[in-house]
Amino acid sequence: MNVERLVAMVNDIAAFFASEPDPDAAAEQVAYHLRKFWEPRMRIEIQRCLERGGVGLSPLARRGVERL
Amino acid sequence: MYSIDHKDLGTPAPASTGSVTLDIDGSTVTVPAGTSVMRAVALAGGHIPKLCATDTLKAFGSCRLCLVEIEGRKGFPASCTTEVAAGMKVRTQSPRIQKLRRGVVELYVSDHPLDCAECPANGHCELQDAAAELGVEGSRYANGGATQRGVKQDASNPYFVFNPDLCIVCSRCVRACDEVQGTLALTIEGRGFGSRVSASQHQPFLESECVSCGACVEACPTAALTEKLPLALGAPSEAVSTTCGYCGVGCSLKAEVKDKTVVRMVPNRAGTANKGHACVKGRFAFGYATHADRVRRPMIRKRITDPWREVSWEEAINYTAAEFKRIQQKYGPNSVGGITSSRCTNEETFLVQKLVRAALGTNNVDTCARVCHSATGYGLKHTLGESAGTQAFTSVTKADVVMLIGANPTDGHPVFASQLKRRLRQGAKLIVLDPRVIDLVRTPHIEAAAHLQLRPGTNVAVINALAHVVVTEGLANDAYAEERCEVDTYRKWKAFVSEARNSPEATEAISGVPAALVRKAARIYAAGPNSAIYYGLGVTEHSQGTTMVMGIANIAMATGMLGREGVGVSPLRGQNNVQGACDMGSFPHEFSGYRHVSDAATRSLFEGAWNAKLASEPGLRIPNMFEAALDGSFRALYIQGEDFVQSDPNTNHVVAALSAMECVVVQDLFLIETARYAHVFLPGSTFLEKDGTFTNAERRISRVRKVMEPLAGLADWEVTMQLAQALGYEMHYSHPSEIMDEIARLTPTFHGVTYEKLERLGSIQWPCNDAAPDGTPTMHVGTFVRGKGKFYLTEYIATSERSTSRYPLLLTTGRVLYQYNVGTQTRRTSNLAWQSEDRLDIHPDDAEDRGITDGDWVGVTSRTGDMVMRAVVSRRMTPGVVYTTFHFPESGVNLVTTENSDWATNCPEYKVTAVEVVRVGQPEAWQARIRAERSAQRSPALPSA
Repeated sequence: MNVERLVAMVNDIAAFFASEPDPDAAAEQVAYHLRKFWEPRMRIEIQRCLERGGVGLSPLARRGVERL
Repeated sequence: MYSIDHKDLGTPAPASTGSVTLDIDGSTVTVPAGTSVMRAVALAGGHIPKLCATDTLKAFGSCRLCLVEIEGRKGFPASCTTEVAAGMKVRTQSPRIQKLRRGVVELYVSDHPLDCAECPANGHCELQDAAAELGVEGSRYANGGATQRGVKQDASNPYFVFNPDLCIVCSRCVRACDEVQGTLALTIEGRGFGSRVSASQHQPFLESECVSCGACVEACPTAALTEKLPLALGAPSEAVSTTCGYCGVGCSLKAEVKDKTVVRMVPNRAGTANKGHACVKGRFAFGYATHADRVRRPMIRKRITDPWREVSWEEAINYTAAEFKRIQQKYGPNSVGGITSSRCTNEETFLVQKLVRAALGTNNVDTCARVCHSATGYGLKHTLGESAGTQAFTSVTKADVVMLIGANPTDGHPVFASQLKRRLRQGAKLIVLDPRVIDLVRTPHIEAAAHLQLRPGTNVAVINALAHVVVTEGLANDAYAEERCEVDTYRKWKAFVSEARNSPEATEAISGVPAALVRKAARIYAAGPNSAIYYGLGVTEHSQGTTMVMGIANIAMATGMLGREGVGVSPLRGQNNVQGACDMGSFPHEFSGYRHVSDAATRSLFEGAWNAKLASEPGLRIPNMFEAALDGSFRALYIQGEDFVQSDPNTNHVVAALSAMECVVVQDLFLIETARYAHVFLPGSTFLEKDGTFTNAERRISRVRKVMEPLAGLADWEVTMQLAQALGYEMHYSHPSEIMDEIARLTPTFHGVTYEKLERLGSIQWPCNDAAPDGTPTMHVGTFVRGKGKFYLTEYIATSERSTSRYPLLLTTGRVLYQYNVGTQTRRTSNLAWQSEDRLDIHPDDAEDRGITDGDWVGVTSRTGDMVMRAVVSRRMTPGVVYTTFHFPESGVNLVTTENSDWATNCPEYKVTAVEVVRVGQPEAWQARIRAERSAQRSPALPSA
């Protein structure tokens, strides 16, 4: 999978949930979305990206991926 | 000429509910109050001769042939314009009446040719019938039609011909254009013997404002307006009710057949979605079904560079199954997938996703709704609780305000547009949110109260601004929202939209829409009392498509504009069965009825029914499949009825992905662009060649009925079934009704649907279950499907696709009336007479800056690619925005669109691409080659079809 594309996608998801005032709730909503709609190899790839430092991930996207 | 099995009652049914009893020729008759005497006679089994009257049009009272005697009334009233009254005594036959009627017919005949035997309407001409009934064989006044001889025939329209010499100037065509279609393209010009039907300013039909819906042709009582195809093929002998295979309106049609060949397509008067109307595509553009380009034999090839080899069905199916098995064995079960089609039936899409989940053991199934209305499914499910529009089409007749967002119904959904125009002409107010000046902004007797001509990509800023006005000016319906919705989410949303940054004054700089206009529109919408939102792909095909759908649901909930007729949130679906394909479990994360694959109880239900272990993780979406193909983990794809290469964004990316796969299977009518990258081609069947159902944009399930045998021998559902069997999975159905029975068993919203019930009721709007055995026209009545409606905060986030100094213009895409989607069908019909290529609309200022004049070739370049097409300099555009369609492969429109997509669903952002446009000398070499190939294919199998 194209990691740059996945990073852009998860950042877009996080941008939507960033309106949620509770940061924990926002991170959980990002993670929930990824669990519900992303195929496992995409989730694995974004987790690997995080393990490598998560370059390009927004702070909320990073917290969401951490919860996977 | 009407459908061959239609009985014309003379005038429309009245809207009243009471009844009236009267005496007709000595018999007591009871009919609804408001019924005309003519209709009452017809309902009682009688008959009054007529010429200008017909039950699709308001009574006109001009021909004076329908005269009757009514006790106590002077003279001879016209029965079409006279309403029944209690105790009225009517005589339909008497010597005096007969004498008068004969005189009237003599006058008509005096100005009409008498060579009936040679007339195309011989045997179904209403003037001929009247003359025969009254014993009129000639005229005392003149020699039949002498004054009309020599008046030139107009055969410019590819589907029908106008013979002025056969016209009796009854005005039925003019009235049909007004009352049924709403285009007002026709008029009667001149006086006396010089009276003529005229299209626009006495122009040929093809060049006039006529949109070729055919309502005038159907209404014509003689052969003045006559379809060409029945002239060539002969009169039909049988009528089969079915459902149109084009847009999401889902018009009910009658296919009139002669010797298993479709001769005419006539809108079904009993059709609830279309009420006896159709458009140029549904009525006339069916010739593709028998076009010479249809592929009639399966084909395979080892490599995409090899030539195709025709094989038997058995060999093609076995080859495909063997390849899928080999690939799964080598790369794992999730290395394959399938695509269902919004052009196929519910039963067929259900089978494809069943094959993928049960026979292949993966959830890698998706559908072409991914690239159009996937955002609708997500947005409406999360806010209201159901992934579908809330209303029936007829709801618009009770709307006081219509807000039209990112939709162009006169082109995309023409039969609904006719209903909408009728309501607007009755006084309903119209608000349009669209970057372009679409037809409905200003058309005869219609002018939008507000046109918010926003910059592409700024929908969410505008919906937030509208909500800001609703909330801050106290226009919200707090009592409704607090009773029907989650109070905490409502209050959070109110606080959010009330922030100054969401005010119209603040968003004006973003959207370009003047604040005062936003405030005006918001006040109109909130005032209602019945305000309805209709939207199209201008909402969903954005990086914030889902956010916008949620924003629409938010404002509708806040104003109480849901849960009754006249209001609602209605997505206008692009293809005939987008709604159905989504309902049938075509998305990779959910089973039919929108139930997530991770839900153990639902999965267990399907596992039991399908005798298979099912995956609990979501599968790949279409764009994810492409990415996975490029990384080598996705190797085989079964595609039923979708042309990725032409329809999906960033064509080069799509082509690279397809080229990387080891087995691409295309099941389609024609060798579409995607077939260039396929290893197996399985011939598809048109909607005329199979039984099944479609579900339209109002959740209406309608029957598709087989009219002719599949040209390649198998209907699509039979192909899928055979493929499943070849894969070693038992899948046996003898008729699509058995598939529907299975759908009903497994899907709560379809629980009460059967073919028997569809036969009995005509159509059914889901949910159809024990609580609503006859279906559900209006959703969310009393309570939302999810219980309490949920408000979401819809922060505006600018798309990353922005105009720059290098790409200073924003390209947005859409469609035209005469072509459909990627044009696979309509390009193989005579609709090419109206549009034979995609063109780029550009504002005069932008054109002048670039030295571009109307008709010039222009190069369009984005960061992903470039294309060349002709320019149309048009004030429909706003400066800085250009527009084109995507109907023709040689245009390569999706070479320039990007992989940007909706955050929630990956629906591509077709509506915003930063481009530069320059004048060039000619198309690219590859475009010229495809254009030449396509020109060589233009050989319709049937004359004029």
